[in-house]
Amino acid sequence: MADLAARVRDHFTRERWINIGLQIGALVLALVLTTVILVAAGAPPLSAYWQIIKGAVGSVTGFSNVLVAWVPLLLAASGVLVTFAAGLWNIGVEGQIVFGAVLTTWVMRLMQDTAMSPALVIIIALIAGMVGGALWAALAGVLKTFGGVNEIFGGLGLNYVAAALTLWLIFGPWKRPGIGSMSGTEPFPDKLALPTIAGLRLSPWSLGLGILAVIIVYILLERTYFGLKLKATGASNRAAFLLGVPTWQYGLVAFLACGALAGLAGAVQVTAVYHRLIPSISSGYGYLGLMIGMLIAYRAAWVAPIALFFAALNIGSIQLPIVLKLDSTLSGVLQGALVLFVVLVEGARQRYLRRAGLKPGGA
Amino acid sequence: MEVQVKQIRKHFGPVKANDGITLSVPAGAIVGILGENGAGKSTLMKILSGFQPADSGEILLDGKAVTLRSPADAIRHGVGMLHQDPLDFPPMRVVDNLLIGAPGRLIPRRGDAAQAVADLAGPLGLTLDLKAEVGSLTVGERQQLELLRLLWLGARVLILDEPTTGISATQREQLFGTLRRLAEQGKTVLFVSHKLEEVQELCTRVAVLRQGRLIGEALPPFRVDKLVSMMFEREVTPGERLSCATGDTLFRLTDVSAEQGRIKLDPFSMDIHRGETIGLAGMEGSGQAVFLRSCAGLVATTGGRIQLEDVDLTGKNYHHFKKKGVAYVPAARLEEGLIPGLSITEHVLLTQHKPGFFIDRESGRKLAQQRIGDYNIKGTPASPVESLSGGNQQRTLLALVRPGAKVMLLEQPTRGLDIESVIYLWTKLKERCNDGGSIVFTSSDLDELLRYSDRILVFFAGKVSGPLDAKTTTVDQLGYLIGGRDISGTGIFDETDPVQEGGLDG
Repeated sequence: MADLAARVRDHFTRERWINIGLQIGALVLALVLTTVILVAAGAPPLSAYWQIIKGAVGSVTGFSNVLVAWVPLLLAASGVLVTFAAGLWNIGVEGQIVFGAVLTTWVMRLMQDTAMSPALVIIIALIAGMVGGALWAALAGVLKTFGGVNEIFGGLGLNYVAAALTLWLIFGPWKRPGIGSMSGTEPFPDKLALPTIAGLRLSPWSLGLGILAVIIVYILLERTYFGLKLKATGASNRAAFLLGVPTWQYGLVAFLACGALAGLAGAVQVTAVYHRLIPSISSGYGYLGLMIGMLIAYRAAWVAPIALFFAALNIGSIQLPIVLKLDSTLSGVLQGALVLFVVLVEGARQRYLRRAGLKPGGA
Repeated sequence: MEVQVKQIRKHFGPVKANDGITLSVPAGAIVGILGENGAGKSTLMKILSGFQPADSGEILLDGKAVTLRSPADAIRHGVGMLHQDPLDFPPMRVVDNLLIGAPGRLIPRRGDAAQAVADLAGPLGLTLDLKAEVGSLTVGERQQLELLRLLWLGARVLILDEPTTGISATQREQLFGTLRRLAEQGKTVLFVSHKLEEVQELCTRVAVLRQGRLIGEALPPFRVDKLVSMMFEREVTPGERLSCATGDTLFRLTDVSAEQGRIKLDPFSMDIHRGETIGLAGMEGSGQAVFLRSCAGLVATTGGRIQLEDVDLTGKNYHHFKKKGVAYVPAARLEEGLIPGLSITEHVLLTQHKPGFFIDRESGRKLAQQRIGDYNIKGTPASPVESLSGGNQQRTLLALVRPGAKVMLLEQPTRGLDIESVIYLWTKLKERCNDGGSIVFTSSDLDELLRYSDRILVFFAGKVSGPLDAKTTTVDQLGYLIGGRDISGTGIFDETDPVQEGGLDG
């Protein structure tokens, strides 16, 4: 008996080691692919990587900028995790960030010249952002639930609508006095900005909001009946329904929750980073959040570190055009390749396990 | 074309779906392939049509051994199969459906195909609008399309799987006429059916399968009693009958009718009593599953009333039924019943009656441990459900039905379970009956139906026979009814309506 137990234990540790090895392998493959691209482009790979590292963690300013980028990523990725749990591919998260930013801007424009206290205006603006994101997500959710439109198509369509809406607002009704420009709407007065740490662009308030969101989502998914039912819905909609879970209602709630978090990300970008509405207000953080979600599957505990890593890549690569005359989209290549290889390796592992008969039910 | 199979074997895990089948069919024959659910008919036909390879054995066409690697390969050898659900592309036009399976050219020649198919269709008495969209055709017309497609591709052996389900009487006559003409041309037809009437009417010979073996063959005139006993005969295992039925009505159906897919259920009334077990018999797809799901609120009824005690459940949704005490346990354990990836504990938590907001893992684990003990499940609270054996999955499903459930609707609760699990499961189920609950279950095992039911309903093409008193019914009588044969006059229907001659209007 003891012998058997030991063997079972051995087996599991071996499997665990294999898993870790595979993940590292995926990272190496992603680096190899990126290196090949760098070499093909005639750039020195090592110095490019060094620049990214230096740009991200080489200075206090650099690292604080990483944290600035971390916040919307945290919010978007934790939102995406809620919809992932419910088995939904909320690709519309990008548009939800944008519409959150739009609603925040609208509310602030309405209130900036009133006698209301700035703190109250900011709080209302943040809530408006959440409402905006939730509304935009609700559209995709309703289309999915009642219209039979796949959330991927609905979400993608709504992303374009949100982007077009922003442009129209910036060049139309909300244009700067004189002439509208790509630089965005008229900046809000300083008193309506979330306070930042002296000398840096980082606001402790937005950082707090991002971390709080991750913690809440983690608890929601791992410790509550709501999270369990959401996961059940995602893992097997039919079985969950038969076991008594109101599945479509849970799906809609997941959309709303994700939308609210994404909208908050948009609101933070307006109130703490840009202080106005700009055409690319989301900076692609929604798509990046989706990639993070894919990378970590359902494991909420991994949101924070992976989002930090992605933020560091993004900020670090800003150095590239300046120093090496490379385009900063290199970070995107690395991120994309990483997700691709991790997903690929995971798929290969599952296949291997099925073939080896280690995973029951695969036969 | 002459078709021979020799010693065909196909195993799925421990299940011997085909256990050494040897069968020879001469050219120009229409052979009825008979057998109850799980007898191995479908497996054999899938092997013959290239859908799946046999584990061992030989297929000979006109005396030549062939290997059929895929359905496309099979049709190249002249074997085509008409599936119960036609394999076509509803949004596309008829002519394009014809071209899809055809050996490819880069640019399809619609004109040639249309002409060739029209030439084929004429002599067979079939007319098909080639420009119509497939989605707009009736099931019967889609069958004709598929038939013509197979013939056009050169099929000389045609396999038809339950082709008369869901088509009109006229279309059925037309289909039979076509098949006879094809047989006259020397084509071979394999006709899989459980409708004895049709087999009698159409086939020139019959092969009966049971438990993966060829039990026997017959030539006309067919004796139905002989066929039925060949299909269903088995060693009788008399066991003690457990009954806790009372005369007290718990679940009342009044003129309930329903429709799902191709199956239409005729209006039916019945009072189910407290503690009673009702068995639903019938070939798969005869309406028993639709009946069960209508009782669960999963399929909307098209007429009639459903009442549980004094509560009218008519028109309510599944979750409402569930709340009021109607529990439904689906047949597909891992697809519909349980959630792969979640543990037993998580399932127990998921089905808790009044959960709070936060999960108390420890009490969940204790509760799961208790259910595991109660239902003798071989697994731990943390075991993911997909790691359990079939029998233990079924026990888990049962353990999840909350104790207060009044009516339990079970779809094939013992399918694929070993005998020990079956007995254990029924012990647990009868405990619930003892507590005043009622059970309605479907099964393809006639012994199980006779032993555990108090009353039995037999389904054939959406029509219900019975209820029969399980104590006085025999396997043969059930076999007749399942095959759609009238058994009025045998004395068991004296108190109820005579059974209708089924199947003629599908």
